[in-house]
Amino acid sequence: MSPATLLAGVILAALVFYALFAGADFGGGIWDLLATGPRRQAQRELVERAIGPIWEANHVWLILVVVLLFTGFPAAFAAVTTTLFVPLTALLLGIVLRGAAFTFRTYDEPRDAVQARWGLLFSGSSVIAPLLLGASVGALASGRLRVAPDGTPLSPPGAWLGAFPAAVGIFASALFAFLAAVYLTVEARGALQEDFRRRALLSGAAVFVAAAAAALLSWSDAPLVFHGLTGRPWSLPLHAATAAAALTAFGALWVRRFRLARLAAAAQVALIVLGWGASQYPYLVVPDVTLAAAAPRATLVPLLWALAAGALTLFPSLWLLFRVFKGRRAGPGARL
Amino acid sequence: MTDLSAARWLFGSSLAFHILFAAVGVAMPLLMVLAEWWARRTGSAVHLELARRWAKGTAILFAVGAVSGTVISFELGLLWPRFMAFAGPLVGMPFSLEGFAFFAEAIFLGIYLYGWERVSPRLHLASGAVVAASGALSAFFVTLANAWMNHPAGFDLVLGRPTALRPLDAMFPPGWAHEVVHVLLSSYAATGLAVAGIHAWFLRRSPGHPFHRAALAIALAVGGTASLLQPLSGDLSAREVAVNQPVKLAAMEGQFATRTHAPLHLGGLPDVATRTVPWSLEIPSGLSLLAFHDPAAEVRGLDAFPRSSWPDPLKVHLAFQVMVGAGTAIAALALAALALAVRRRALPVHPRFLLAVALAGPLGFVALEAGWLVTEWGRQPFTIWGVMRTADAVTPVAHLSAPFWIFIVLYLFLAATTALLLWRQILHAPPPPAEEGRP
Repeated sequence: MSPATLLAGVILAALVFYALFAGADFGGGIWDLLATGPRRQAQRELVERAIGPIWEANHVWLILVVVLLFTGFPAAFAAVTTTLFVPLTALLLGIVLRGAAFTFRTYDEPRDAVQARWGLLFSGSSVIAPLLLGASVGALASGRLRVAPDGTPLSPPGAWLGAFPAAVGIFASALFAFLAAVYLTVEARGALQEDFRRRALLSGAAVFVAAAAAALLSWSDAPLVFHGLTGRPWSLPLHAATAAAALTAFGALWVRRFRLARLAAAAQVALIVLGWGASQYPYLVVPDVTLAAAAPRATLVPLLWALAAGALTLFPSLWLLFRVFKGRRAGPGARL
Repeated sequence: MTDLSAARWLFGSSLAFHILFAAVGVAMPLLMVLAEWWARRTGSAVHLELARRWAKGTAILFAVGAVSGTVISFELGLLWPRFMAFAGPLVGMPFSLEGFAFFAEAIFLGIYLYGWERVSPRLHLASGAVVAASGALSAFFVTLANAWMNHPAGFDLVLGRPTALRPLDAMFPPGWAHEVVHVLLSSYAATGLAVAGIHAWFLRRSPGHPFHRAALAIALAVGGTASLLQPLSGDLSAREVAVNQPVKLAAMEGQFATRTHAPLHLGGLPDVATRTVPWSLEIPSGLSLLAFHDPAAEVRGLDAFPRSSWPDPLKVHLAFQVMVGAGTAIAALALAALALAVRRRALPVHPRFLLAVALAGPLGFVALEAGWLVTEWGRQPFTIWGVMRTADAVTPVAHLSAPFWIFIVLYLFLAATTALLLWRQILHAPPPPAEEGRP
């Protein structure tokens, strides 16, 4: 395996982690916006408790993706940032407002009307950010973004708008909402747990519908990805594994085996992100930028070693973080 | 507003906004950990309460720093894609390592902020120490990338493209050590002084208040020490700039002519048309002495360089004067604090001294922002000194004034909210315990 392919694999792995962790944080924000019923306040408090200690660490996966992209694939980074200028700038606004509003809400005292407005800003931007993130990914995969060999964008600033990117945006939002609801069933108790079980089942159905819509649209709108998803030797086993994970998650939710559901939902999301990456291989920006446009070996090899060393500090730290706040013995009620 | 100037204004305001929070993110965890360490050592309830309150402030400021830093990482590509296409493979190493340092900061800050009742006191304190250390490490790595822009190294330029890349040489370009030390000290000095200023203000209103006394002692110790060391670091930096970035030094000092016995211009407004510095106080041979420690040394003026590669000496000189002025003022204040503390063998709390500390509170950040402007304006018209002009680095995307105004509104909103929230924290916080001694 060439260093460029290996680095692309690391970037894809970082995106998987981003989806599994930060994706669920965005999903939590979506459930904050959609909180209903007699336990509305309790639902919001659960979301806040669940993501408070971890969202900043989860957010760093995105920074890592950006940094690795400009270090290892500078041409792709330039192509992505110029052709996706509008959605990425809007995504940034969403990310800034989500994080800032969440923190402001957490630390604002007393709990009054101002505080409720922070909540709305937090949850609103939690809905917008995954839509834009998904739409950007959809646009990258669809082949509608064109760049010249020197990096000059050839497509107009609005080229990212389209049915397929929109479908991927909705799919990403549904997926993150589903993931968050499943995670929250593990952390909730009693009636609250039933609330999120119902939400997980409903959003799981929405994931299915959005996935079907995106797959249908990809036939005409993203032919390369469609081909990648259907015509490769690993296509069938991958889809089978994703379907098995999805069914397991549904079944486990149905019989209220929430820890199993969490594992299966996470596997499902990981397989979806991996499937997207694999179907797009070897393109970074379809169809003009491939892995061949990588940084020189002199950059990639030390970078991969640095990543290996960094992983040795990162994963034990993450393990500690999640053991403290998400482990079996970690009950509710952390005081700030 | 042209797209180039909109891009520069947008990136400049993003960085000017972010570095305030970045500096706080480096230094505030140290203050917080020192307070907790003292509390654990002595059982002081006042210090424990102080650590908790400082942690809340850190949480708010760190979150704004994290999201505004994300803006920077995207804007590198959104605004300067050609710069990143050139520089990415060369400066990617420090940025990648900074990513891991940032991970450690975020992870252990999460444990620190939410783990008061969940982890053992020892693990809690250790988590805070990791946050403080990795914050410093983040600043270290990111400053390396800036040092490379000031003095690019680690590649050969062939037909305008970098070849024979040596990323490790690029990671430690000439002058990196001076810049890193200067930036780290500025973070501790600015944050320490600002925090000391706030608590000095409250101490004036309620003299002898143990909570604010404890806070003032720690903040003043950290900020004062850094403020006293900073002039030494500045002297080393200036001598490095004189050798490695002579055109920047000429602009900083308003030195138009190459000459021996070069004078030092205090104040004044460099005038490019007449090549003079009216309204300045000239100290004969001062610049030669400062830059080379030799009154007869020859200093290269702006005339030694083509006119098309001059930075604007008016802006650079003014920013430099502001930095040196503010830095000198807080160093003098730190010296006075040290003298008073040694003589009284206690924390100085004389009302006039407290007023001086309160008034000097913002000066560290003024110096920090001005110093950042010196190094950025002083590198113009290049983004990679001598290699790539800023005008050639900018994105081909048009209508950049739109995102500029959107982000300006966003930053004003975030700044106002952060200030309000910190204020409400102070107002609504429960009164601190009145006596020491309870664990």
